Amino acid sequence: MIECKNLTKRFNQFIAVDNLSFVANKGEVLGFLGPNGAGKSTTMKMITGFLKPTSGNVKVCGIDLFEHPLELKKKIGYLPEGAPSYDEMLVCEFIKFVAQMRGIPKKLISQNVDNVIQRMNLEKVYYQDIETLSKGFKRRVGLAQAIIHDPEVLILDEPTDGLDPNQKHDVRQLITSMAKDKTIIISTHILEEVHEVCDRAIIIAEGEIVADNSPVELENMSRYHNAVTFEADIDFSLLAEIKNMPYVRDVEFDAKRKKTTVFPSQSIYIFDELSKFLKDNHISVTRLSMEAGRLDEVFRNITLESSSNRSMEKVS
Amino acid sequence: MSILLNIIKRELKGYFTTPIAYVFIVIFLMLSGVFAFYLGGMYERNQADLSVFFNFHPWLYLFLVPAVSMRMWSEERRSGNIELLMTLPVRQRDWVLGKFFSAWIFIAIALLLTFPMWISINYLGEPDNGLIIASYIGSFLLGGAFLAIGSCISIASKNQVIAFILTAVICFLFLLSGMPMVLDFFSLWAPQSFVDAIASMNFLAHYSSINKGVLDLGDIVYFAMVIGVWLYATSIVLDMKKAN
Repeated sequence: MIECKNLTKRFNQFIAVDNLSFVANKGEVLGFLGPNGAGKSTTMKMITGFLKPTSGNVKVCGIDLFEHPLELKKKIGYLPEGAPSYDEMLVCEFIKFVAQMRGIPKKLISQNVDNVIQRMNLEKVYYQDIETLSKGFKRRVGLAQAIIHDPEVLILDEPTDGLDPNQKHDVRQLITSMAKDKTIIISTHILEEVHEVCDRAIIIAEGEIVADNSPVELENMSRYHNAVTFEADIDFSLLAEIKNMPYVRDVEFDAKRKKTTVFPSQSIYIFDELSKFLKDNHISVTRLSMEAGRLDEVFRNITLESSSNRSMEKVS
Repeated sequence: MSILLNIIKRELKGYFTTPIAYVFIVIFLMLSGVFAFYLGGMYERNQADLSVFFNFHPWLYLFLVPAVSMRMWSEERRSGNIELLMTLPVRQRDWVLGKFFSAWIFIAIALLLTFPMWISINYLGEPDNGLIIASYIGSFLLGGAFLAIGSCISIASKNQVIAFILTAVICFLFLLSGMPMVLDFFSLWAPQSFVDAIASMNFLAHYSSINKGVLDLGDIVYFAMVIGVWLYATSIVLDMKKAN
């Protein structure tokens, strides 16, 4: 479990993280979302004990950051941004070194190393210099060192950044498979990832939490939630008719692709009525679908809104 | 303790997996020989001792030790690896000491490899071997003092070239702090007691007194204190600088 209370980090005049509070429970995968420079990494660095908070406190599994920093660090596995490591070391040497530093008993070290090597599919590069590895392998080495001591808490800063789609899939599966008995925080820019692995998403903008919901709830905030899209030859009089239907807020027509999107007012379910309308008017539809909502749109709205609010505050 | 040993082991191995170690050792051995024989005229002096050999060590260390110390921390900061190190359940003190001792052991290895010098002089004459051992200890201590300075500068600067130059300059000032060119600068405005303090910081005076065979506890304590103070400073600068 991770508890952050009124966490604040200032660099001179600049406030990187502003009074952040949240609790992440065991079994939860928490996603940190936010534009670049929003304070995601800074928050992670404070939780892992790398940066000292200007004010506020962190507790991991009930251990206080200020009172027992070493005990707290033992509970955490951390993948820093960019997955840094020692370039000149062999993969096996590096992971073994981290295992030693983590205080894993001598007898268990080789067993643990073999275990994570296998889990991260690193057998092929076991005796290779880290310097010569591809980005994907480097990231997996970083993940391997983060889970070598089977930590209760995992903090992963952009774990899939720079990986190809297959590798991304593997890493996400790994995260999901570990989620049951751990508390995991990941930061990401990739919104589909939130949907795939996170139980909860916190959106951070300019150092503050601007949304804290499940991915589904976030999608529900989108104007695309329950919107209906269809592809058909349709004339403008019919479009106007659709627009005048009850509970329809807006209609968008993409002439090039002959794609029409109908937005409901207050996310009301309009799929049945609309399909009936199309059938009644004998319109041949090549594709008809309903959307769950678009996270990227919600993300943009929320983060831009908060920054414009901020600039308004400054003006007044 | 085992944590500290593991850090030392890893760091030391790090030196030898890169060319740094070999370049350093080869150049150190070559130059120390060249200086002793050509500049010091060790052979022509017709005396069975190694004093000329040891006399040149401070000047060799002046540009070789910063080359070892410059990447000690700046490389970790540049690669972002420092974030990984500082979030492992290891005391900061262990990192500072581990990195310092591994570099110091490395210097000791280079120093021990000058043994042919010692064998030759024993073959040519009958030198005072106690004096030679004392001189080796003095040289080792001086190298340690330079390294401790370098460790602190290395963390203050991400740029290795700057770390190298600054370390060399600060070491140079410590070497020469007893010389008039440095003392005159301070005596213009500082009280006499301060000037005396500066003068007593002189590395060279402590080094050559050991070199004369006077293995005085005071000199050893002096170098130990210099190392301690600079390593403590390293740990303070590390706290300040690790994040940016």
